Amino acid sequence: MSLSNEQVGHIARLARIALTDAEIESTRAKLNDIFALIEQMQAVDTTGVAPMSHPQELATRLRPDIVTETDRREAFQKVAPQTEAGLYLVPKVIE
Amino acid sequence: MINASLVELRRALDARQISSVELATLFLDRITALNPQLNAFITVDRDGALTAARAADARIAAGDAGPLTGIPLAHKDVFCTEGVLTTCASKMLGNFVSPYDAHVVSLLKAAGAVSLGKTNMDEFAMGSSNENSYYGPVKNPWDATRVPGGSSGGSAAAVAARLAPIATGTDTGGSVRQPASFCGITGIKPTYGLVSRYGMVAFASSLDQGGAFGASAEDCALLLSAMTGFDERDSTSLERPAEDYAAALAAPAAGKPLDGLRIGLPREFFAEGMADGVRTAIEAALAQYRALGATTVEVSLPNAKLAIPAYYVIAPAECSSNLSRFDGVRYGHRAAEYTDLADMYGKSRAEGFGAEVKRRILVGTYVLSHGYYDAYYLQAQRLRRLIAEDFKAALAQCDVIAGPTVPNTAWALGEMADDPVQMYLSDIYTIAVNLAGLPGLSHPCGFDAQGLPVGLQLVGDYFSEARLLATTHRFQQATDWHRQRPACAQ
Repeated sequence: MSLSNEQVGHIARLARIALTDAEIESTRAKLNDIFALIEQMQAVDTTGVAPMSHPQELATRLRPDIVTETDRREAFQKVAPQTEAGLYLVPKVIE
Repeated sequence: MINASLVELRRALDARQISSVELATLFLDRITALNPQLNAFITVDRDGALTAARAADARIAAGDAGPLTGIPLAHKDVFCTEGVLTTCASKMLGNFVSPYDAHVVSLLKAAGAVSLGKTNMDEFAMGSSNENSYYGPVKNPWDATRVPGGSSGGSAAAVAARLAPIATGTDTGGSVRQPASFCGITGIKPTYGLVSRYGMVAFASSLDQGGAFGASAEDCALLLSAMTGFDERDSTSLERPAEDYAAALAAPAAGKPLDGLRIGLPREFFAEGMADGVRTAIEAALAQYRALGATTVEVSLPNAKLAIPAYYVIAPAECSSNLSRFDGVRYGHRAAEYTDLADMYGKSRAEGFGAEVKRRILVGTYVLSHGYYDAYYLQAQRLRRLIAEDFKAALAQCDVIAGPTVPNTAWALGEMADDPVQMYLSDIYTIAVNLAGLPGLSHPCGFDAQGLPVGLQLVGDYFSEARLLATTHRFQQATDWHRQRPACAQ
């Protein structure tokens, strides 16, 4: 498998990482090296093997439906790039 | 005092031979003197350390001291620390003063340990050399032209250079064991689920696990005992009572120290690829283990070679999902100029992430995208099960598995910086352990011809931390590799 510049650009857009054309070109070579390594997996027949998503077979825990978090909005918003009146500000998305 | 064990430090603190404030000052002054060369710390918290040390002295005076009360330590900068910069060695979090403590950090605070600061690492814990840090590479204390290993390179270098007696780390594919090996110290990654991931900046959530660094297994046992335990805020935290690993180090009553211990040697790990200096040191260490009463038996991990390709699907997939939270909205870096929301995301992430982090996000985005999920992600998860089953079969024939931690010793700064795949391959012995979720430990066992430390890895069954630490402790009672120090710590 070998990725084209168009494919790298598409993945970068999906990942919301702005890459210049020069960066796409240099990234492509390294990604292709990584995918050459990954391709070794395809030589193995894994028919009938159940995927292992996690080291421990855990059931999701339940807890009583009670309030556990306190209001720490001010502390959490102190580290935000831009806030106003307790809201996070982003560029306008609805006309 | 800088080379004292935790047991010796405890004794000195309890006997009032030294105060916690004096001890913290001693290590803080060493950081001031040596960190400009080593770059092991990103943030030094002198004021916070001295405040905590004063509180520890009051506890000691009141007769309320636990094993770690008044003991200085360093936290890998992946752990959130309330009121203290938590960067994960990324420009993305370059201004992030955490509003809360990681579970590990609060446990150690409650134990009275004194945090000196936050250690350097590969950005978001992605790397094996510590060269992927926005804050520059850490230097290996044994040879400043070489890497300390990664990703917890700052913590390992800090303990090796005695800038801190102990340090926390995290291990997703070897990030505690490999730098412990390169820096000539002891490091343990426990069973997945024993150390809470709450407040530990996420990289690959099914693999990430907190761990401990110390000069010896005894020091690691004391630190790890204080880090483990159930935490309801981590959905994968295991509901098991915390263990006292230090108590498990007590010697057997009779016979040789390791009588009856069966050490499995994976054929695949000894076949090829190991540097000569590593092989010599490992074989001498195994001879020492046999002299202590252990027997060795050949075992096989036939799918181990698939661990690296499987890991480089699973870890990037989980990373691409976890790191999507860095959007320049709620915390972290936001680009100065942008046209709309999508442009703000794209530029903030392009500016905030380094090259290796971007590569892994892109790999993960690709393998999870429509039409590729089965061929990559599911195939990798199937291989993960085969690898875990290999370990299960091997551990049915032995009590612990032993081999080199890394095929080589610390390489030169810059040597592999432009060849990510070459660097990935150096994690061949450690990565499979994370995929299986087993505990692993690296301890020093000699030096190569260049005078660089060699580490031996022990891997045990789930929840065998006490056995790994006790086995290493017996080895360290009979040898002095763990007492060797680089020139800067003599």
